[in-house]
Order: sequence, then C-alpha cells, then structure tokens
Amino acid sequence: MKRLGLQTVALLSAPHIIETASIVGKKEGEGPLASYFDFILEDEYWGEKSFEKTESKIAKENMAKVLQKAKKAPGDMNYVLAGDLLNQCISSCYAIRDSEIPFIGLYGACSTMVESMAVGSMLVDGGFADNVLALTSSHFCSAERQFRFPLELGNQRPPTAQWTVTGSGAAIISNEQKGPKITNVTIGKIVDMGIKDANNMGAAMAPAAADTIYAHLNETGREPNYYDLIVTGDLGYIGGDILKDLLYKQNINIKNRYNDCGILIFDKQKQDTHAGGSGCGCCGSVFAGYLYSKLKSGEYNRILLVATGALMSPTAIQQGESIAGIAHAISIEN
Amino acid sequence: MNQQFTKDEYSKFVDKKSPNSHLAKDMAWAFIVGGIICTIGQGIMNFFTARGLPKETVSSITSILLILIAVILTALDLYDSIGKRAGAGSVVPITGFANSIASPAIEYKTEGYVMGLGAKMFTVAGPVLVYGISASIVVGFIYFLMH
Amino acid sequence: MSYLTAFITGGIICAIGQILIDKTKLTSARILVAFIVAGVILTGLGIYEPIVKWGGAGATVPLTGFGYSLVKGVIKDVNSYGFLGIFTGGLKATAGGIAAAVFFSLLAGLIFRPKIKT
Repeated sequence: MKRLGLQTVALLSAPHIIETASIVGKKEGEGPLASYFDFILEDEYWGEKSFEKTESKIAKENMAKVLQKAKKAPGDMNYVLAGDLLNQCISSCYAIRDSEIPFIGLYGACSTMVESMAVGSMLVDGGFADNVLALTSSHFCSAERQFRFPLELGNQRPPTAQWTVTGSGAAIISNEQKGPKITNVTIGKIVDMGIKDANNMGAAMAPAAADTIYAHLNETGREPNYYDLIVTGDLGYIGGDILKDLLYKQNINIKNRYNDCGILIFDKQKQDTHAGGSGCGCCGSVFAGYLYSKLKSGEYNRILLVATGALMSPTAIQQGESIAGIAHAISIEN
Repeated sequence: MNQQFTKDEYSKFVDKKSPNSHLAKDMAWAFIVGGIICTIGQGIMNFFTARGLPKETVSSITSILLILIAVILTALDLYDSIGKRAGAGSVVPITGFANSIASPAIEYKTEGYVMGLGAKMFTVAGPVLVYGISASIVVGFIYFLMH
Repeated sequence: MSYLTAFITGGIICAIGQILIDKTKLTSARILVAFIVAGVILTGLGIYEPIVKWGGAGATVPLTGFGYSLVKGVIKDVNSYGFLGIFTGGLKATAGGIAAAVFFSLLAGLIFRPKIKT
C-alpha cells in the first residue's frame, strides 16, 4: 500500500536525491553555512538590470550547476518542477524558458522546495519519470519590492520580521540507486489561524507545520525519535518556538531534535536578521547545501524536512484577509 | 490535529511569544534624531532670517534645503540606515516625506519612466497630499463660513 | 535658545510617532498621513500656532508643520480672495516643498539605483 493516510504516502521504490546545488547571496555567504554553498554572489545585482532578472539568473545558473554536478544533460530530465515567490512565478519561468525541459510550475510560497521534491519523487516512484529536477529561488530585494517597501525607504523592521534569503536550491531526483532516498511524502493542508501581521510570518505558518508533522507521525506510526533531525523551512525563532509548544501540547516532543533553516542560515547577533531567514531560497539553499552534505557524510541518516509557506498576497492583506499557512514534509533517509 | 486554540486564543499566544519592540530605546532614538533634524532646520531658518528674508520665504527655503539633503541621503543608500535606528525620528520630519518620494522613484525606475518612476513616486506621498490637502480645504471652508 | 526649543519640540513630536509605530504596527505611510491630518486639525483648532511660536522649526519641520502651512495658506488666501482661497491657499504655501521633493526625486531616480539594506 502506497497510501498511508489522508496526507501521507510511502514511496515504495524510494527515489534517490542523486545531486543538489545551491547558490546564495552575499549576506547568506557571510553566515555560518557559507562553506556548504556551491556559489556565493558578490553583490545583489549579479550584473543584471533588475532584481527579478537577478533572481531568475540565480535559478537558471543553479539549474545548470546541479546538472553539471550530476553529469546530466537537460534532455535527461523528464520534468522540471519549480516555483518562487514572485507574481506568476516569473523567476522560475524565465529561468527554465530556454531549457526545453517539460515544466510543472508550482506555487507554495516558501514551501516550494519540498513541494517540488514531493511531487517530483511521486512522479519517479509512479514510474512516470526517470529523472526530475526540483528548483526554487528567492531574492531579498525582489521580495521586498513586491511584498513590502522600496529598499531605500527609511522604515524600521520590527523584531518579529524575517529576512528573505537571496538564494536558490536545486535537486535531481532519480530512480538511479545512489544518494539519500525519499521514503515518505506528507502533503500539508492549509491552516489559517487568523494572523494578519505580515511582519510575523513565523507565527502565521507554525500551526500549519504542527498540523503536517502531527499528521506525518500519526499516519506513519513513527515517534519523533525515529528522525535524527526534524527541520522546518523558515519558521525562524518565533515560529519555531511556537511550533515546539503546539506539538508539546499534543504530547509530541521534538525539542531535542528540532531545527529550522531560517535559524541555521544567519548569525542572528552579527547579521541583524531579527526573527531569522525566510523565502523559498531559505529552505532550498539550506537543504541543497548544508543538509544534503550532512546526509551524505552520514552525520544525519534520517531527517524530516518540513518546508513552510505563508500563502500571502499584499492585495488580500490590504483587503483585510488573514495569512494562510501551509507545510509539506518529506522523509529523507540513507 | 485537533484544534487547541480558537483564532483569538492563538493571537494572544502569539503576542506572548513575540518579542516587543524596545519602546523606551526606540523613543529615545526618535527623540534625538528627530530633534537633530529640527535643529538643523532651525539653523537654516535663523541663517536666512538674519539676512532679512521674509518669514514665508525662509520657511520655503528651509523645506527645500531639508528635502534636498534627504533626497541625497536616500540616493546614497544612507537614509534607510538612519531610519533603521531612528524610526519615527526620520519618518515624521519633512525629510521622511522626501525619502518616501525619492525611494520609490529610485526603486521602480526598472518598470519605466512613466508608470514606474513617475507613478510609483507617489505611493506614500500621494495619500499624504490627498488627506492633507482635503483636510485643509475642510478647515478653510469652516473658516470661510465663520468670517 | 531657539535651537534648544526646536530640538525639544521636534524630538517630542517624533517620539509620539515612535509610540504609534511600536504600539499600533502602523506603516510609515499611515504615520505620515496621520501626522499631516493632525497638523491640519490642530492648526484649525488654534492649538498648533502656540507650539510653532515656542518650538520654531521643531514644530514646522515635522509633517504636522506641513499641515500647519496648508491651513495658514488657506486662511491667508480666504482673507485675500474669499471662497476661492479655500482651494488655492494650501498648495500655494507648500508649493516649494512639494515641487522640490518631486523634482529632486526625479533626478535621484534617473541617476541612482537601489541597494540592498545593510
């Protein structure tokens, strides 16, 4: 049986993540994970005229990088699954425009890295593809101008605000037998607890993460200690704290094996990033850079990667809507 | 997962978990920076008043010079760094108004000179002028009726 | 002496703005709108004039002072031209600042491009 419950499936053939690649911005490259990334930008433009073009270039170059590292040609990929934060997912579209790979565009806000790996691994497990490429990106400056304010506006960031990561993560999922395997996929439900503060995204997403982790453990019959690490995408300090409390109230203790990509990527004291990193590129680059290398080295053998997304639109917020959260989880095992 | 919280309860829980701004520290910064900007304005006013210019001319010159300084600081990527610390101290003075016009002008040039730079310039300043001018017309109308 | 009163008055007005930012999570756009309208109303009620007398630039440089100039201009033109002055006075009194902000910003927009926050 592949289907374990309402949200979780088991991938019986366990597709492998044969290669990953990551590109990050300058600030991320000054953070604690610098040595794990494949390429670090020297400035926020990378020779482009607009931040949208830069973000697209980051995604495009990262796709080329992962193909090169895996020694694959674009033609070997049956699908590319990609998405980002910008309206109509333009950074992904333009990144993939010239690749000639069949494209499945995804929108899951910051949960896109896991969403694309989840759908991609199901395609491989179902026998519909031999190789798929999962890709996502975000850029601090393009996100600021779409969701917040012009960069030069002298406004104050509240302590609950998160810092959108400039970066991209890419992964190739394949039926070749090498590298860590994706064994389970838990697709999240939308959970909206009525948070309207766009400067407190962690709090808006934490209930969705709790819901997905709860469903995953319940439907697989596992305890948290089955995993060496349960890691969320971009809940940051506040959202991560809330998540641990929400689960603890359900008698699930993840406190000694929990971390968050948004906490890992920046040095909170030195880099003044307030509540931590966020954005598609946060989970994307931290997984493709740091976590994947820890899986390959055997430091971690089983991780539950839970990418969180705030399905937020400036228009809806201005109309008084609350921020809907979502979280998708995959188990990755050696 | 069974719901543990209603939306109201969750909102209260989140408030408890979220760090507050340091109000006293923020206010001190706002007071000092706002005070300094106004003192510079006073210096400009005193300088031109001493040269015998009429009061209204002096106040126009003061506004124009402060705006010029603010636009230059915005263009040189400095005003946002001041604003990060100063908060309202650099938002509330006329320099903050100038920053709110210059920053989208610089940001949205990529979308063209008319609908980008030209139109987006007023995203913050537009509402300020709309409500400021309208309120002054209402006050003027009342004044007109009373005299 | 005028420097000290300007510093104190401007400082207090900005500190009030900071309370609004920290306690109400208003964006800076809303703060600016609130301050200009507050300036208009306080001037209309005759409360702001004494603050300007004491605080000088401390009261005219903050955006409440922009509201003060609008109302002063309207009243002046109503006295000179009657009903039409309601519409002409405000912008006449503040024309220098608005025109300068628009033109300097256009120049800045033409020459510079945004940089990432540091």
